[in-house]
Amino acid sequence: MLNLKQLSLQEKKGLAGGHRACSGCGFPQAINMIFGQSTVPVVTTCATGCMEIATTIYPFTAWRGNFMHSAFENAAATISGIETAYRSLKKQGRLPGDDKMNFVAIGGDGGTYDIGFQALSGAMERRHNILYICYNNEAYMNTGVQRSSATPKGGHTTTSPAGKVVPGKVQFPKDLTHILAAHDLAYAGQASVGYHLDLMRKADKAFSLAGPKFMNVYTPCRLGWGSDPSQSMEIARLAVETCLWPLYEVVDGEWKLTRKIREKKPVTDFYKTQTRFRHLLKPENEELVKEIQAEVDKRWHRLLLRCGEGA
Amino acid sequence: MAEAMRQINPDVCAAYPITPATEIMQIFAGFVNDGMVKTELITVESEHSAMSACMGSAAAGARTMTATSSQGLALMYEMLYIAAGYRLPIVMAEVNRALSGPINIHCDHSDTMGARDTGWIQLFSENAQEAYDNLIQAVRIAEHPDVLLPAWTSTDGFIISHGMENVHIYPDAEVQKFIGEYKPAFNLLDNSKPITVGAADLPDFYFEHRRAAYEGMRNAKQAIVEIGREFGKTFGQTYGFFEEYHLQDAEVALVAMGSTAGTARVAIDNLRARGLKAGLLKLRVFRPFPAEELAAALKHVSHIAVLDRSDGFNAQSGPLGTELKAALFDAGTRPKTVNYIYGLGGRDIHFTELEQIAEQTLKAGEPKDLNSRVIYWGVRE
Repeated sequence: MLNLKQLSLQEKKGLAGGHRACSGCGFPQAINMIFGQSTVPVVTTCATGCMEIATTIYPFTAWRGNFMHSAFENAAATISGIETAYRSLKKQGRLPGDDKMNFVAIGGDGGTYDIGFQALSGAMERRHNILYICYNNEAYMNTGVQRSSATPKGGHTTTSPAGKVVPGKVQFPKDLTHILAAHDLAYAGQASVGYHLDLMRKADKAFSLAGPKFMNVYTPCRLGWGSDPSQSMEIARLAVETCLWPLYEVVDGEWKLTRKIREKKPVTDFYKTQTRFRHLLKPENEELVKEIQAEVDKRWHRLLLRCGEGA
Repeated sequence: MAEAMRQINPDVCAAYPITPATEIMQIFAGFVNDGMVKTELITVESEHSAMSACMGSAAAGARTMTATSSQGLALMYEMLYIAAGYRLPIVMAEVNRALSGPINIHCDHSDTMGARDTGWIQLFSENAQEAYDNLIQAVRIAEHPDVLLPAWTSTDGFIISHGMENVHIYPDAEVQKFIGEYKPAFNLLDNSKPITVGAADLPDFYFEHRRAAYEGMRNAKQAIVEIGREFGKTFGQTYGFFEEYHLQDAEVALVAMGSTAGTARVAIDNLRARGLKAGLLKLRVFRPFPAEELAAALKHVSHIAVLDRSDGFNAQSGPLGTELKAALFDAGTRPKTVNYIYGLGGRDIHFTELEQIAEQTLKAGEPKDLNSRVIYWGVRE
């Protein structure tokens, strides 16, 4: 596994400097930390979204390796076509020279949890040798902060506004990593850009395995979350420390917690860092926060049992 | 068509089942699993993913094919434009079937007509032999360096797709020699020359890229003629934009696409036997639309019956009717033209009906209103 210094020196994979992501955006760091772990070139597809827009405005590209974007819901289907073409041409002896490569698809939570969900499930079921990375910032940020099925309960977005009657998003987020693990993948992991060693170790592990792999990576969005851009990494850690975003992996059916939380912080610690939760800190929403805390506790407990931590 | 695909032997196919196109991929899957082709088959979970996987595959430098019909084509719609915009020469065996709703699995052309401006080259077939011949030529046309656009062959659902006909199959080696190898200038698997496919294109470049794709479609006209001629020299049957039958001295012309053209030949023979100067123009190439050539071929004809096996919701005329009239207008000829919408949802059309249509059209005076310009043939109203 490359350390951060080695990562900063590698120039062949991931994103070059000069892309147009916002300051404090979580995904560029996540991508370079993940891609740096691949020992071979990476061919990438990407769903429509902030990443695609921020990295590829014609005639510029920030992608050092081969890259393709075509639409919102089809990153997994597109990479499955590329990976299949690779297998076909390789078996015919039609690829030049050193022909080892990794195939990665990337989508935001909208492109992964929602509109790209069917294509993702299909590609995983067909067991292509691919790694799918969801950069999860918990809403449709590229279109202007609309709720997705990854948006946390109570979160303010433009389509789940904190109103006078309804205080933000009504539902709890979908547990996508669990759903993907149920596809019996070679690798499924949940990571946070705030825990970079854990993230890079997971990427290293995923790239070392053949078959379908999935990583769900927590990446703050300072615009959509209403947070201080200099605090993105702290916030990404706080999500883990409050057990809103536990770090774990499922390898060959075995669940493993990769970051134990001895002293769980209250969700309100997390809420205080972002304006999207501002309304939840008001007295009238005390009961709602209690309900959310109870659900977070329940999900955490369930995860501990699955990971054999016997909570 | 599955037999043509076996001979074309593509590197990758991605497809999803849909009546009446299913059988093509079903038979082809047998070829794959029996080791008769080198193809890797992706059995995707939807047509949207089928076209997405085809695009990834084609951009990776693999010759790529698929097959679909009706709702499947409709689900691909978003990706059809992108495949053309990215200049990926994917080839599709399309089997024409009515679009829902209400649901109907039988033949009409509403599915491909709904996608007629997606940037795909579109070849219609009169029978199984033409479906086979067209699919082979489609590979060459799509991959032509001056064209580089995806192509589909249209085949009437059930009438052709499930009809029993003799087809002359050419030797495998000759077909493979005819289509040659697919060598794209760039591909996603060459890591020594990394590329970005599908960058966000803003007002400063999008227009130029679209214009370049339209140029590919214009260039396709020449490529289609050249490849059709070469096909004739190699295999015996030459293909062009359309075929004429007793058209040269005709006073009334039927203009049709697909299997109806076969029925129309019988009608023309019967009309001629009765002393009526009737002729047929069977349109093979709908995209690119050969407007000037059509107008020239119909220049001398005083009455035209345009047969549309689909309707548009423009409250005006069917797609072929609209485009043909525009072509005639530009050419300065003004034959009396009646647009017949017929055979929707698989309703049969008999040669005696086509005879009636020709006779009725010849008697038509100056069309006064919409009801005399556009006639829904055989519908109960």
